[in-house]
Order: sequence, then C-alpha cells, then structure tokens
Amino acid sequence: MNLQPAQPEKLNAWERVILPDVPGLQKIDFYLANGGYKALKKALELKPEEVIEEVKKSNLRGRGGACFPTGLKWSFMPKKSDKPKYLCVNGDESEPGTFKDRQIFEFNPHLLIEGTLIACYAMGMTAAYIYIRGEYGKWIRMLQKALDDACANGFVGDKILGTDFSTHITIHRGAGAYICGEESSLMNSIEGQRGYPRVKPPFPAQNGLWGCPTTINNVETISNIPVIIKNGWKWYSQVGAVKHPGPLLVGVSGHVNNPGVFEMPTGEPLLEIIHKWAGGVPGNKGIKAVIPGGSSTMMLRGDQLEGIRMDVDSLKAAGSSVGTAGIIVMDSDTDLIQVITRITEFYYRESCGQCTPCREGTVWMYKILKRFEQYQAVAEDIDLLMDIANNIEGNTICALGDAAAWPVQSMIRRFRDEFEKRVHESQHRVVA
Amino acid sequence: MLTEENKNKVEELRKRYPTSQALLLPVLWMIQEQEGSLSEESMKYAGSLLNIPYSHILGVVTFYTMLHRKSSARYRIDVCTNVSCMLRGSGKILEHIEKRLGIKPGEVTSDKKWTLEETECLGSCGTAPMLAIGDEYYENLTLEKVDKLLESLQ
Repeated sequence: MNLQPAQPEKLNAWERVILPDVPGLQKIDFYLANGGYKALKKALELKPEEVIEEVKKSNLRGRGGACFPTGLKWSFMPKKSDKPKYLCVNGDESEPGTFKDRQIFEFNPHLLIEGTLIACYAMGMTAAYIYIRGEYGKWIRMLQKALDDACANGFVGDKILGTDFSTHITIHRGAGAYICGEESSLMNSIEGQRGYPRVKPPFPAQNGLWGCPTTINNVETISNIPVIIKNGWKWYSQVGAVKHPGPLLVGVSGHVNNPGVFEMPTGEPLLEIIHKWAGGVPGNKGIKAVIPGGSSTMMLRGDQLEGIRMDVDSLKAAGSSVGTAGIIVMDSDTDLIQVITRITEFYYRESCGQCTPCREGTVWMYKILKRFEQYQAVAEDIDLLMDIANNIEGNTICALGDAAAWPVQSMIRRFRDEFEKRVHESQHRVVA
Repeated sequence: MLTEENKNKVEELRKRYPTSQALLLPVLWMIQEQEGSLSEESMKYAGSLLNIPYSHILGVVTFYTMLHRKSSARYRIDVCTNVSCMLRGSGKILEHIEKRLGIKPGEVTSDKKWTLEETECLGSCGTAPMLAIGDEYYENLTLEKVDKLLESLQ
C-alpha cells in the first residue's frame, strides 16, 4: 500500500506518528528501539482517572465514523462495578472506501496493542477483544504475531510490567457482515450470535458485552492513545483542527493518480489532498463528485470543494461528514447513476433485515435505481426515491438505514440534473 | 472432528471468554479451515462441544457470508465490484474472468475447479481493482495479471 504523498515538497512537513516511516516497526525489537511501550509505562505511573482526563483534554474524537469525543465516551464507564468491564476494539473496517486500519495491523500493530492496554488500564478492564473482519485473515495473523510477542515480553497478561494491572487481549475474527462494524452488532457477534444491532438505550457503558459495562473504540482511535500519553494532551490538541485535532489517516481512492493512505493533521484542504497527496485526477480531468468519508457520507459536487477541509466542522458545514476519512474521487466522465445504484445495492445486501424501513426500503431504492441505470425511469421515480430515503432515515434501530438514505438524498439534492437527464434519455432513447 | 491442536486451542480460548457460546465463531472457523465447509454433522459437533443447540448454530452460519455449508469448488474467486474498484475497472476484470472460465457470478465450472463471486468492499480501495482467493488478496489488477494468476493456480 502506498503511504507516500505524490508531491511531498509542496506539503507542510508532517512527521508520521501512527504509521511512522520506520521499516520493520511491526517487529517488537524495532518498536521497542523506537520508544515503544514507553507510553504504557508512563500511563501506569498515572492514576486511571488521570489517563482519562489526559484523553479528554486532548480532544481526540473517534476515527470510526461518528467523531464522538473519546475521553467523554470513556468517562461514561462506571468507576465501580460488581461486573467485569470490557473493551472492544473495532477493526471490522467494511465501509466502502475505507482501508486504513489494515495499515495499522500491517505496519504498526504494537501501537494498537499499546493503546489497547492503556485504555484497559484507564477504564479498569481485564479483557479486551479486537474484532477484525473475517476477510482480513492475513492481517489477523500479522496482529496475532505482534500480540504473541507482546505477551512473551510481559506487556500483556497478568501483572503487567510488575504492577497489579492485568489484562488479556483476544483477537476475534468476524465472518463477513458489514453490519458487525455497528458497535452493538459487534458485541452480539463476539457473543456468538447473529450480528443484529441492539436497541439503545441501554448504552454499552451500562449494558454491553454479556450485559457488562463495555466501551467500543475504533482501531485508529485506540492507536492515537499512546501518542497522546507520550506527547501530552497539550501537544496533541494543537495538531490540526482545534475541535477535531490529531493525526488522521486519510484514504484516497477512485480516479486519482496516487491512491493510498496518507497520515496528515486533521483539517487539510480536500482539494490539496486530492491533488498534492493523491496526485490529481488522471488525464487532468475535472472532478464531478467526491465522497469524503466512506460510502455512507453525503456526496459533494466537484464544483463545491473549494475551502472544504477534512475535519468535523468544515465537512458538516459543507453538508457532509468526515466518516472514516475514506475519500472517493470521481472524474467528469463518471456515470453517477451507476455509482449510486452500486452504493444502494451494497446497503440492500448488507441490511440485517431487522427493521422494516431498512429491509424493504433499501431493496426498493435499489430496484428504482436499476430502472435509472437501464434507461427505464420515469420522472416520478426521482421523488419516489427521495420519499423512500426520507422514510428510512431515523426510523431504524441502527445507523445502517441512515447510511443507505444519505447517499441517495445527497445525490438527488446535488445532482438532480443527472436523474432528470436519465429520465429524458429513458423516454427518448432510440432502441437500435 | 477437530484436530488435537485445535482442541487445545479451544481449551485455551475457554479461558478468554465468560460463555462457551462466544467460542462459536472461532470454532466454526477452525472446522471450516479443516474441512473446507460446515456440514450439518460438523455444526452439530460444534453444538455438542459448546453446548449450543443446532438451530442457533444454523442461524449464525446463515447470517455470515464467509461461513459456507457447502464447498462448491476448489478455488473461489471474489471480485470486488464496490465503488472504488468499479471506478478503476472491476467491471472489465469480472467480465474477463467470466469469459475465460465460462461462468457467471454464483456459478461453478463443470470440473468444480472454479467458482466466481461478486463481493463487497474488501478494504483494498487504494490498490483497486482487486480480487481475493481465500485469504490472499490480488491487487492493482490488469487483465494480464488475472491471466497469469489463473494459469498459476492448479
């Protein structure tokens, strides 16, 4: 995988901390030689609540899509509990356009392990489960190797580094279900059940895995924890965008010359990312549309990208969201009808089927979009599509329904001309 | 049904989870990797090992796309056709494989060597187009690379 920007000379220097440019860092010797597990030692000298305070003040926000403040989430965990507490690390990474956590498993797995340990210490957990999508068999083995080495070196297990802190980390392999990236499905999947989302409340911090207090954090989020402890919250909170600080793994795919995963501070201009990091569009074509953060986020028009930055506030103001920071670029020749049909097919296939609006609505939208794709659409189909999307949004147990509705809604709002053109073509198409 | 090595692994895992039901996915993975698929007999075996009813196991197996009740062919080719791959030509890759093997997605060649599937995003968007055979990813595909790959697998 490509981690290098196309035009490094034109970019502000950023020394990578999540995926540092250190070959061999996946080996524990190299990791230790480069200051590895020092953040864990430092954290163990602090009180658990001081670690939570440090994360709170850093303003770290979750990197799994919802951008929820991590320290706040941690503080929801009960301090005293007669039940065990659990940490789940979400490595299900199945959002189309997202391929960042995979790089952490491959290039810096010990950072993830170190972050997991610090999180367990801060919240008083004795067990953590790292849930990884089943298709990542190769990367599961890479992380398992790192975990075995960490255990052998006394960083994981009983009485870590001679203290009273003990925790075990187990990698749990998924088996092919996008929905298991939803936190409550993920817990059901670990429990050995079908991956159906749970109704909230109760929230996981009260009633999570096996009915016990649980926190679920994304792989990249947890990998930021050692960086915060090592450098201090002050340093961290000053990297990138003020309200959404820190390093961000931005994946760029689609019509670009230099696709890859690039580590950068939050708040970088979207156009700069596309052109200077990802090398611009092949053939110097124009940009028709951009998905900024995985296929669930609202699509942006190519002519509205000026001034948009990769952070929570800027993308919200632009009518979209950071999501998983998986940018998909579409050039001026792209058939957007085909794109939205494929995206909707994805949600229809991955809907777990629990809630009627999502189960029936996604397949209905897909069938209508197929009519557009096959030049059989009528004008009323556009509003019908919008109506269905509006009736899915907010009416389901989990966010998959919203994730299916948003791309369709944003596509109709921002590219109604494409739909109207297709309706016109449907009516006036000369069949040879 | 499980090898001694895997049985030992199960005993180790029991210490990591508070319920035996949580071992279901790990045990199903072990059986599938050993046997190639999950027969009714093997699911019942998992049930007796973990004290879970067969109906529950069947419910779980049918929920997850990577758990197979039948192994249809020696090689299963998963071609990602989600957006990032689609934008970089996965349609042509799929069409090429269809022509070469003479099957459509969901079908099996008559010699039971190949089966083909269209799959959802596999997290290779930066190295698109791609396909997977088992745990192995083949990325930045061209038609020539696909030909070489198919020829290399016997």
